[in-house]
Amino acid sequence: MKPRHKRIAMIAGGLAALGVAAAFVLAAFRENLVFFFTPSQVAANEVPRGQAFRVGGLVLPGSVKRQPDGVTVEFVVTDTAKNVTVVYRGLLPDLFREGKGVVTQGKIGADGVFQASEVLAKHDENYMPPAAADAIKQAQSTNEKATHTLIEGSAGRK
Amino acid sequence: MIPEIGQIALALALCLALSQAVLGLAGAARGDSAWMGAVRPAAQGQFVFVAIAFGCLTYAFVANDFTVTYVASNSNSALPLAYRVAGVWGGHEGSILLWILMLAVWTVGVTLFSRHLPDEMLSRVLGVMGLVSVGFLLFVLFTSNPFARVFPSPADGRDLNPLLQDPGMVLHPPMLYMGYVGFSVAFSFAVAALLSGRLDAAWARWSRPWTTTAWAFLTVGIALGSGWAYYELGWGGWWFWDPVENASFMPWLVGTGLIHSLAVTEKRGCFRSWTVLLAIVAFALSLLGTFLVRSGVLTSVHAFATDPARGVFILALLVVVIGGSLLLYVWRAPRIGLGGSFDIVSRESLLLVNNVMFAAAAGSVLLGTLYPLALDASGLGKISVGPPYFETVFVPLMAPALFLMGVAPFARWKKASLPELASRLRWALGAGLVAALALPFALGRWSPLVALGLLLATWIAASSVLQLYEKTRNAASGASAWARLRNTPRAHYGMLLAHFGVAVFVTGVTLVKGYESEKDVRMEPGDTTEIGGYTFRFDGARDVRGPNYVAARGTIKVTKNGQSVTTLYPEKRIYTVQNMPMTEAAIDPGFTRDLYVSLGESVSNSAWVVRVQHKPFIDWIWGGCLLMALGGALAASDRRYRFALKKERAEAYASAPAA
Repeated sequence: MKPRHKRIAMIAGGLAALGVAAAFVLAAFRENLVFFFTPSQVAANEVPRGQAFRVGGLVLPGSVKRQPDGVTVEFVVTDTAKNVTVVYRGLLPDLFREGKGVVTQGKIGADGVFQASEVLAKHDENYMPPAAADAIKQAQSTNEKATHTLIEGSAGRK
Repeated sequence: MIPEIGQIALALALCLALSQAVLGLAGAARGDSAWMGAVRPAAQGQFVFVAIAFGCLTYAFVANDFTVTYVASNSNSALPLAYRVAGVWGGHEGSILLWILMLAVWTVGVTLFSRHLPDEMLSRVLGVMGLVSVGFLLFVLFTSNPFARVFPSPADGRDLNPLLQDPGMVLHPPMLYMGYVGFSVAFSFAVAALLSGRLDAAWARWSRPWTTTAWAFLTVGIALGSGWAYYELGWGGWWFWDPVENASFMPWLVGTGLIHSLAVTEKRGCFRSWTVLLAIVAFALSLLGTFLVRSGVLTSVHAFATDPARGVFILALLVVVIGGSLLLYVWRAPRIGLGGSFDIVSRESLLLVNNVMFAAAAGSVLLGTLYPLALDASGLGKISVGPPYFETVFVPLMAPALFLMGVAPFARWKKASLPELASRLRWALGAGLVAALALPFALGRWSPLVALGLLLATWIAASSVLQLYEKTRNAASGASAWARLRNTPRAHYGMLLAHFGVAVFVTGVTLVKGYESEKDVRMEPGDTTEIGGYTFRFDGARDVRGPNYVAARGTIKVTKNGQSVTTLYPEKRIYTVQNMPMTEAAIDPGFTRDLYVSLGESVSNSAWVVRVQHKPFIDWIWGGCLLMALGGALAASDRRYRFALKKERAEAYASAPAA
């Protein structure tokens, strides 16, 4: 093989390897995307079954219940229009509080209860996860009766 | 008064940075030695004024000057002194100032340690660094002034974010920024070489120690950040594939590619355009990282729209720096020419594969970090890309790179023979296979991923040891083994140490991923739970007071087979100024395992939810990073960079063809 041919072969090989790597990365990317849904979308059955996704909103005041084992927690996530019941086993983040914003990730069961594998609440008292804030905004634009005070109480500050 | 002095110092630093840029670039273009002679003092003067500004801000923090807005929002009189100093870089304005200070430190470093460089080259390098500095000084002065006053001034400050009140956080930002900003030196060398049209082995040799040093700092910085997340966030994770982490990881991946490709350019003269491109991309990703973390787009793309001045400014800076250098690259690169030819099996081609793998890895992290942001910004929906994506991608991309890492140092330049490589490496491969087959059983259970990880780690470690062994028995020369080891350049030991560090790191990751265990349990005083062979007994929690927080402190006695191991005191703190709760985990670190205990919530008068974790070999992760960084430092201190003969260099440079 002439050096020029060798170089062309090498470049072709390199490009092929890059192509394979890119195809593989994109496939992995598509498989592991996690979409975000609002409680209203969950109620309207727009969510995928048997696949993980995220739900966000406010923790409905008074809804947090601990099951007898002491570690499993049940609470309601609301966008002020619709509610989703969430069950989570494990330690809650420091800033998880009733009336505050929260984002949970998990799968929805046949009974409509969301089995969360992860609960996220960011590390700032006044911080509202942007996804949760959006969920409420969306719900409010479609539901005039939504209570504004609830939002102002948690997202309005700062 | 002091804050005003700081502001004036910043303005003066801007003037000097401007003259440094103009004199450096124009002086080199005109060949005016008087202009070029003024560049070095201008750069050093700029450093002095930036340091004064930084000192003034530090003073404002130490003296609790709450008339300064930035101090008022990031400090508090109850804050311990060390954290008041760290508070200087606890927020946006101060961390940009730290960025500028680091840039000035690197610039002064170049003026001090590059005396052997031809004047023209040095002027251009300093000129480009001056331009970058001008951009950031303008940014600070016009959009994020740390010295702005607030009237009426508050009686006390809003306190530093409790998460940042930690020794790791004191060190993490300076180290990380030293790394980020250090790539500006490699970048400036690359741009200077493009401007002059001379991209040769000498250029690569000048650039190498700077790039390696920057890379070592970045490695330490990332490791500190990961260690901080591990013990401060209270959940026991050490890497979350969070956008902020990814922002620092991308320059590291490209930087790793760059130090390897620079080696080829220096030794063999090939990959020149690729190396230049990597140098540009590494710095571009450092800037992108600063932009992502500092513009607020990560908390919400909408934050960008509410305070657009800062974000738009950094974005513009990003476009100018990246766009400008890439245009220059497109214009000049065709004239660079190709280097020496090499065979399909050779050290060059192996290093090329390494580069492709690291570039692909950086690209996949970029995709996973930016795509959700882009989608959200264009209103197409909210998605998140979590650890599963990155883990799926990284194992197959990194496994071949790790395997070749064991081979490449044995391969000859230009043309290597596969049978010879196989025979030299057969013991290393044997050791790897034995480890992969046997070790997992000794540790508990066998699984393919654990076996793969241990295979690669043992293979790399054995290959490093084998290289050392071959050095001592080189039959060709008559010198004793000891003399041969002494004559081996430091750069080689640096490489061995860094590669060994990778083996340690891979072992840590593999064993943590494979064998870690955790339990969340509700515990009354006296209750016990068992994990990893250890028994944890909860002895209740009581209230304690800290300087700026109140806490519930639990007492947990750990025993193994009836023998007392340690007593752990995890805390649940409330920082009183911001009324912010924090989980302060208690860790019993060890060579082969960490025991990790954190308090959840109190669920009755005396009972708590407690998380106990057993993390085998987790400290090897950071130990490995430290070894990599030490290896980098060792390589950068090689004498052939330090005591370069000025004349020889100048001649080599002058005689090189101006391609």
